[in-house]
Amino acid sequence: MRRAVQSFQRGPAAIGLLIALFLGVFLVVPVGKVILVAFQDPNTGAATLINFLDFFRNSLFRESFVNSFYVSAMSVLVASAISIPLAYFTTRFNFGGAVLIQTLGVIPLIMPPFVGAVAMQLLFGDNGSVNLLLDEYLGFTIPFMSGLNGVILVESIHYFPFILINLSAALNNIDRSMEESAQNLGASGVRLFRRIVFPLAMPGFVAGAALVFIKVFDDLGTPLLLNVNNMLAPQAYLRISSIGISDPMGYVISVILVAFSLLSLWVSLLALKGKDYSTLQKGGGGLMRRDLRTWEKAGCYVVVIAILLLVLSPHIGLLLLSFGTVWSFAVLPDAFTLEHYYTVFESASQYITNTLLYAGLAALMDVILATAIAYVVWRTKLAGRKWLDYGATGALAVPGVVLGIGYLRTFHDLQVPFAEQSLASWWVIIVIAMTIRRLPYALRACVAAIQQIDVMLEEAAENLGATKGRTVYRIVVPLMIGGILAGFVTSFATASVELSATIMLVARESDAPLAYGIYEFMQSAAGRGPGAALGVVAVIFVGLGTYISHRIIEGGKRKRESTSIVAQEATI
Amino acid sequence: MKSNPSSNGGVVIENLSLSFGDTEVLKGVSLEIAEGEFFAFLGPSGSGKSTLLRAIAGFGPAPRGRILIQGRDVANQPPWKRDVGMVFQSYALWPHMTVRRNVAFGLEERKVPKKEIRRRVDAALDMVGLLSLAGRRPSQLSGGQQQRIALARTIIVEPKVLLLDEPLSNLDANLRIQMRREIRELQQELKLTTIFVTHDQEEANTTSDRMAVLDDGVIQQVGKPMELYDSPSNLFVARFLGTANVVQGSVEKRNGGKSFRTASGTDIPVPSSSTEAGHLLFRPQNVSILPADARPHSADILLPGRVRHKEFLGSIIRYGVDARGDLVLVDDPHRTTSRVFDVGEDVLLAMEQEQIKLLNR
Repeated sequence: MRRAVQSFQRGPAAIGLLIALFLGVFLVVPVGKVILVAFQDPNTGAATLINFLDFFRNSLFRESFVNSFYVSAMSVLVASAISIPLAYFTTRFNFGGAVLIQTLGVIPLIMPPFVGAVAMQLLFGDNGSVNLLLDEYLGFTIPFMSGLNGVILVESIHYFPFILINLSAALNNIDRSMEESAQNLGASGVRLFRRIVFPLAMPGFVAGAALVFIKVFDDLGTPLLLNVNNMLAPQAYLRISSIGISDPMGYVISVILVAFSLLSLWVSLLALKGKDYSTLQKGGGGLMRRDLRTWEKAGCYVVVIAILLLVLSPHIGLLLLSFGTVWSFAVLPDAFTLEHYYTVFESASQYITNTLLYAGLAALMDVILATAIAYVVWRTKLAGRKWLDYGATGALAVPGVVLGIGYLRTFHDLQVPFAEQSLASWWVIIVIAMTIRRLPYALRACVAAIQQIDVMLEEAAENLGATKGRTVYRIVVPLMIGGILAGFVTSFATASVELSATIMLVARESDAPLAYGIYEFMQSAAGRGPGAALGVVAVIFVGLGTYISHRIIEGGKRKRESTSIVAQEATI
Repeated sequence: MKSNPSSNGGVVIENLSLSFGDTEVLKGVSLEIAEGEFFAFLGPSGSGKSTLLRAIAGFGPAPRGRILIQGRDVANQPPWKRDVGMVFQSYALWPHMTVRRNVAFGLEERKVPKKEIRRRVDAALDMVGLLSLAGRRPSQLSGGQQQRIALARTIIVEPKVLLLDEPLSNLDANLRIQMRREIRELQQELKLTTIFVTHDQEEANTTSDRMAVLDDGVIQQVGKPMELYDSPSNLFVARFLGTANVVQGSVEKRNGGKSFRTASGTDIPVPSSSTEAGHLLFRPQNVSILPADARPHSADILLPGRVRHKEFLGSIIRYGVDARGDLVLVDDPHRTTSRVFDVGEDVLLAMEQEQIKLLNR
């Protein structure tokens, strides 16, 4: 009996092993290698803590550590200051600007922070548009962008949606009856907020804040482009790229980055665990909303529009930069031109074609892997199947810099047959890095899709004579297709602007993708125009991708809803 | 199990046990279902009836024991090789396929030529009266139509056994009655061995030739619906199939005959052939309720009592009568002219001896 059951599982078992092998070689081994090297004496190879001691003895590293921590914490603070009023307006008031606020939640995410960083310098820097105006009319300037401030501003503008989305969801999930029963028992005003609303919304806020913290802590591109090098991620990159892959400091920093990533993920899991505060009941919807008086409404609009302008400023700046001739010590560029776009399409089109190829391949591998993992985990009884999920999701805790360093170290000596080069410098390794980095997102999309399929639909197919394989082909995949497509598009869009791992793995200009091209251009003043033009192309890629995946998901939802309505009508 | 069906062409289950983790859901079930028989698994939720059905189809954890279909042991076979047709509780129609594609699926998997598939799908859809809806998606159909399509999709492959997993539970009351007749007629027409899972005794009574009552993973009794109702082998079956008055006590010798002495001290005469039993059982509709001063001639058993409560249920009035400390339910048929007793009124309960059953457990 037992043998017979196992024989149906032989196929999934083989697939599961292949995936485990892939994750092992391209995720576990490289990261393990990085951690191992950090604890090894560089000369003897013996286990030691000497590298960590060296790290903390060095004042630049100590400063970098403190700076990374400070920047991340401040970014969480500023992002909260942006998100809390927005979340509050939409959930407590009947406020017409809700659509504006929802848009606010998406716009920053369609542009990687490093792309807008240079444009932000031109708008908010010491000699940027805003400070020039301030100086001329009010006689003072504000150091928005000087040093760490610049990183904090750019990162918080980019990452605040994580807090906004999580906090709004938490507030929207509080049932009106929670508030009403508190009122019925005598609580009101501040006490009601402090004792009921705040504790119920807290897990959502903490989850969002932990995500912001870790994203900022790991980010490499933004500090590099703003020329802020005394932070951890840039230090890791600079040590490896200037001194070489044998320098232990890059590995020590990597271990610290991974440790903080894990810590933040753990905090965010802890915040949400056992606190599924979704108290929403049928028919009820969110907290009590009240209408705003005219002057209150005006106040709300002022706040929302101010934030919208701030959030849009990297996009506006980037657009101006891409069309401007010379922009220096001026509020706006001197004149406008299409020249930068010509430059990009004539001399830098390989960045775009490379990106299409790499991100396309990575997204394809992501959805294939994700579909297979989702099936093995949710539809088979294979021992250890959950570890595929944990393994793939574990990539979330690995910063791009760390993965890049791990690949360089692990695959440097591995020659690719026929390509006559090391695997670490072959373009395919960039695709694999993108695949691993985006796999968790594709996996969530595919898992959500497979969970929506009633197992009975598969049993019905088996009952009518279809084998497991035929059932996957004819029932499971067609029913998952919406989630698979959404996963593909999301993976494609985000992989196309991936920088932190790519920057370490690009061996030659001709193999470089878009994000690397933007970084290269932005290094020189003359390259800013074409760099911005390339940035606009990247924003269009990501924006379009986000829009399409949103449409796919919404379309799927609408289809389901409309069918259920039809079914209801038909039964009545 | 004293049934002797000609079971070579039907389903034989031998000592089947099955566990979900540490929980044993089926505990040594043995059963014989004859070819062409309409058989019901009846039991409360959690009794194991659906698990048993799914085990026959090859779903769920691997069981121990044997499952013979037309004499072949399928317990080791994967679902797609068993050739049993199952209609799922929520129909499990594939939303991404049209009605025609849904119904054609089983034949396509069997590599039947396209032309023949078309002909047979048309015939199957015609049989359930929905040929005109072949181009629709399942979501555009009503519950009853979905049910018929699910049935057509299953019987088109001419399975050896038809399994129906609570097929009527998602339909409204009127449709349920109509569908159970249709299913029964279809089964008679195709002479298909059919197993029907339900928790509704009315459904089991009206459709099945024989049924098995399950509780706690064990078959309690097998037989024709009326046999089970009239002669339950234990208290569970008695109570599950309708309302029953159960009185505890013991059988004692008295004046040459035998009587059942209840825990509260009442003596009820029972046939002298009665053996030891701890429970006495009778149905509420087998008791007559009479005025306290009535002198009936034909009743073997007379019990004075007082009405404690009454419920008007339309066709009957259900009285709760306190008969010397035992609460007895009495169903009195309601006619516009019949006498209605009030709460607190003294009455006389009358019953014939053959309506009484003695049970040990």
